[in-house]
Amino acid sequence: MDLKKTPLNAEHKRMGAKMVDFGGWEMPVQYTSILEEHKAVRERVGIFDVSHMGEILVEGKDAVPFVDHLIVNSVSKLKNGQICYSPMCYENATIVDDLLAYRFSETKIFLVVNASNTDKDFEWIKKQSKGYDVEVTNLSAQYAQIAFQGPKAEEILSQISGVNLSEIEFYHFTTGRVNGIECIVSRTGYTGEDGFELYFNPEAAEAMWRKLLEIGKPYDIKACGLGARDTLRFEACYMLYGNDIDDTTTPLEAGLKWTIDFDKDFTGKDVLLKQKEEGLTRRLRGLEISKGIARHGYKVFSADGKEIGYITSGTKSPTLGKSLALAYLAKGYTKLGTEVFVEIHGKRVSANVIKTPFYRGSVKSGK
Amino acid sequence: MKKYTESHEWVELDGKVATVGISDHAQNELGDIVYVELPEVGKEVKAGETLCSVESVKSASDVYAPVSGKVVEVNEELENAPETINKSAEKDGWIAKIEVSDPSEMDKLLSEDEYKKKIAE
Repeated sequence: MDLKKTPLNAEHKRMGAKMVDFGGWEMPVQYTSILEEHKAVRERVGIFDVSHMGEILVEGKDAVPFVDHLIVNSVSKLKNGQICYSPMCYENATIVDDLLAYRFSETKIFLVVNASNTDKDFEWIKKQSKGYDVEVTNLSAQYAQIAFQGPKAEEILSQISGVNLSEIEFYHFTTGRVNGIECIVSRTGYTGEDGFELYFNPEAAEAMWRKLLEIGKPYDIKACGLGARDTLRFEACYMLYGNDIDDTTTPLEAGLKWTIDFDKDFTGKDVLLKQKEEGLTRRLRGLEISKGIARHGYKVFSADGKEIGYITSGTKSPTLGKSLALAYLAKGYTKLGTEVFVEIHGKRVSANVIKTPFYRGSVKSGK
Repeated sequence: MKKYTESHEWVELDGKVATVGISDHAQNELGDIVYVELPEVGKEVKAGETLCSVESVKSASDVYAPVSGKVVEVNEELENAPETINKSAEKDGWIAKIEVSDPSEMDKLLSEDEYKKKIAE
């Protein structure tokens, strides 16, 4: 099967990016070095093509009550122009996907979902919408998306922004022109740093990309691939669907209780309430590994040799220089400071439960 | 003379001791190397068996022994500076020295020209 391409595919290849198959999309994993790209975002600014992300529009009289039922977070409590992060659950409270919900108005909610889940999500959302007065449309092909991230993002982007960026609060958005191109501009990101995400017509993607690189040049901007995107989100402990969360885990187990609004009804609520009352059998925790690197799927054991969980994500943190991981750990092993053992290449290596997030950057809020 | 394996290791024999590392092409494919799990000195390996592993930001990759023998020395510098492999894969970034049990195994490996042809494919 042919890989899907973003409108910037040719541009990435011109820049010499290393391209990989990411969930059916041909995407840049790195341009020069993951570590250099990571550092640029932490210290200055980096630019990411995230046009593979899916955009699903929910429009109609029941848009707000429908999305409130669809996801665990609440759009009825958002103001127009505000955004929430939320898991979207099945009836059994495991996770269909995690997404951002942009509230345009009472009758218009824009959902941004993971690329490789877009078709599955669209089918699921359409099925759930029966009985609600809404129209659900997959607009993914109509948007290019660029993430402009780093402590210098606002300062640089202001040079070509027709909208006043300083007025956009964290997890808020507006529409207007950037580089003369009509955009949705949100103060969001997946890096732990301050920054913006721009959604706009794919035909303008190359012009926008080149302009952003040009104005970022005095700041030594780096084009960043999926490799740096992953290490940055990992340090900030943002969930990666398919690694840290999936259709076998629940938002409570993943530590996403802060996203759940138990005041309203939503798909999966009964199971989550039960989990909350009975207590969790496992939780996602941070680990510092004493030697080696723990990767997705590696098993975790207790001191007395009992299998107590598994690693969901892990690498050597570029910012902190430590070998870190996220892992689901059984009840009784989740307290800070608990020593556990990760099986790495056949050897059991000591690790300690540490607090998350591993790193807080310039992002305007902790959540 | 320096030889290469199909699995992208290089090996250079000096007397009975072979110095082993991963090729410059391999380090370039892996990207930033952040950890090297060195073999233990004294470990006996057979040609084609896993010698140790190198880890990039994104993944772990096995390094295979190009020749059979006993590990007599490892490059401990790599514990603190794994990025040496990115900077100098075929010199300062050597991984281990193996006292070879059968020097004729070297004959089965690729010459530099053969390896270059292979990676250009």
